[in-house]
Amino acid sequence: MELTSEVSGEMQIVRVDATRIDAAAAIRFKDMMREITGSDVPHVVLDLSKVEFIDSSGLGAIVAAMKQLGSTRRLDLAGLTPMVDRVFRLTRMETVFTIHKSVEAAKAVYAD
Amino acid sequence: MKRPNQQRDAGPDGGFQLRFSGDELAVRAALRRIRGAVGSCVSADQLGLIELVLGEVLNNVVEHAYGPVTNGQIEVECALGEGALVFVVRDFGREMPEGQLPEGLPIDIHRLREEDLPEGGFGWFLVRALVRGLEYRREAGCNTLSFTIPIADCKRGGLRADPAQSSG
Repeated sequence: MELTSEVSGEMQIVRVDATRIDAAAAIRFKDMMREITGSDVPHVVLDLSKVEFIDSSGLGAIVAAMKQLGSTRRLDLAGLTPMVDRVFRLTRMETVFTIHKSVEAAKAVYAD
Repeated sequence: MKRPNQQRDAGPDGGFQLRFSGDELAVRAALRRIRGAVGSCVSADQLGLIELVLGEVLNNVVEHAYGPVTNGQIEVECALGEGALVFVVRDFGREMPEGQLPEGLPIDIHRLREEDLPEGGFGWFLVRALVRGLEYRREAGCNTLSFTIPIADCKRGGLRADPAQSSG
């Protein structure tokens, strides 16, 4: 799994370059998120458009990544594929995160 | 092309059985086989959800029924029922706590502060949300979990009985 980061203004986009965030990848994902979101950019948007599969461990790791940011910074999600979207809705996690249809939609909200 | 008649009458056709070691790597390999067997029968999205259910159930066996010290075999049976895939999963490890399935109740996330949000415990909730007829039995040192997953119309014989017996 790789994460790619792009910062523009008040917004950091972190793209998950992997098709799965599962039990085998969850801890690594959480650690990599901690490293890559180490700066103070207030809005972090996690681009999940390449992720086709997530399980309960992956979901927990995304919640952990949000909590790692602390109370003053936000983690939003973008580009949920149908399977990932279903998992977020089933667990009501879609009410915890702001979810953007795509990275472009998130940029329209946050970028300068 | 039409399937021969005897196939149509041959009971729950196209089912499969897997037997593999109760460890993470073997589970991952088994999930790939299940994907392969079920893939021709369901949509890509549904396939992901089926893999999710089986992954949660099988990883739970690895982590809790067997745990880091003990090891043993896992058996998965899948058959095509009426509008549903019928699964039976067996292991020979520890019994479920208090002989019951975890409830996996939905967490009332609106009443939690962000720092109190759970980072785990979604597994059984997801399983319960995605399957029907979930039943757990403990008999003679064997845990048996059975459930069905509703699927849109799947042609008879649509399940590929391909996955050969795996000793994992």
